Amino acid sequence: MFQEIMSIISIWALPAIILLILTMGLIKKVPIYEVFTDGAKDGFKVAINIIPYLVAIIVAISMFRASGILETIQLLFSGFLNKLNIPADVLPLMIVRPLSGSAALGVFSDIANTLGPDSYATKLAAIMVGSSETTFYVLAVYFGAVGISKIRYALIVGLLADFIGIAAAICVCKWMFL
Amino acid sequence: MNYIFYFLILISIIAGAINGKLSDVVNAILSGAELSVKVAFSLIGIMAFWLGIMKIAENCGLIDIIAKIIKPVTKRLFSEIPENSPALGDIAMNFSANALGLTNAATPIGIKAMEELQKHNVDKKSASNAMCMLLAINTAGFQLIPATVIAVLIGIGYKNPTEIIAPTLLVTTIAFISAIVFAKIFEKFWQKQIPLNGQKQCLKGGELCSKK
Repeated sequence: MFQEIMSIISIWALPAIILLILTMGLIKKVPIYEVFTDGAKDGFKVAINIIPYLVAIIVAISMFRASGILETIQLLFSGFLNKLNIPADVLPLMIVRPLSGSAALGVFSDIANTLGPDSYATKLAAIMVGSSETTFYVLAVYFGAVGISKIRYALIVGLLADFIGIAAAICVCKWMFL
Repeated sequence: MNYIFYFLILISIIAGAINGKLSDVVNAILSGAELSVKVAFSLIGIMAFWLGIMKIAENCGLIDIIAKIIKPVTKRLFSEIPENSPALGDIAMNFSANALGLTNAATPIGIKAMEELQKHNVDKKSASNAMCMLLAINTAGFQLIPATVIAVLIGIGYKNPTEIIAPTLLVTTIAFISAIVFAKIFEKFWQKQIPLNGQKQCLKGGELCSKK
């Protein structure tokens, strides 16, 4: 029931929003075609503006991942995590999640496929991936689009929230599935 | 950001050297740069589409209506932004799109909100409090249904993938609220932005200031 309602909402959300905006535009006598093309002109400019910021962040993160440091961190912390009853398989996910969305999804698929549907690690990983965003990417795109290079406390807040999210995922998962 | 950028690359090179993966690290520069351009270019079309749609929404007054509805919330979160700014409507649209999992729509709308916030920014190079708040809301990744995760779980034969929705929603809500609280706390204690042109002229003489 819940699942059906949700799937209907997710299919209809976009068409409904677009239709609502266009209809309201016509009613209010907005020249929608002209206004649309006028607004859309900026799409190219914005995408080009983002490139330098994306290159800086994505290159740095690609290098970081290629260096093998994540495996080292995993080795260092696996004993500590075992004490807390957290499966060590989930650790790379915790580190990668704020850095790269596609990598996090890759790690998650890997955990799910190797450990199977019944394992606690799969559930924990699913909750971690589903409840957070790729902090570094969002930062590069959103601030890059308007040319912000001094980010002040934005990254610290994002990472702190990610950390709280991980801790919450561990607690909630323990409480519900263990 | 300067230090983060430096240390990410420094650590990568040192760790790469120790692990004997230095050539991988060098290759990652090329592949990372290529990926960035791909990501940016893949955004052009969808960005243009949503910027066009949002312009209509703004011209027909829809954004204003949404902005009015959520005023009680945004007034507190984005206190430095005037109540009639289209930024607040854009922020509401951005949040709704994110919550519904419509990432393709959420990003262009969020960028449009950033552009509106930039108009009220005193230093165009540095992030205003409102911008940090909008970013906090977005990096928290609040989402009602984790569609991608459920798809993966169905793929591996997970019996009841929807049982993941409730705990995920709980966790994402906790992270979301803590992001807002952290942003508010840091807003108080972080060094304030220095206005680039306005303030200095004011110090020199009242005439320049009143003209502005």
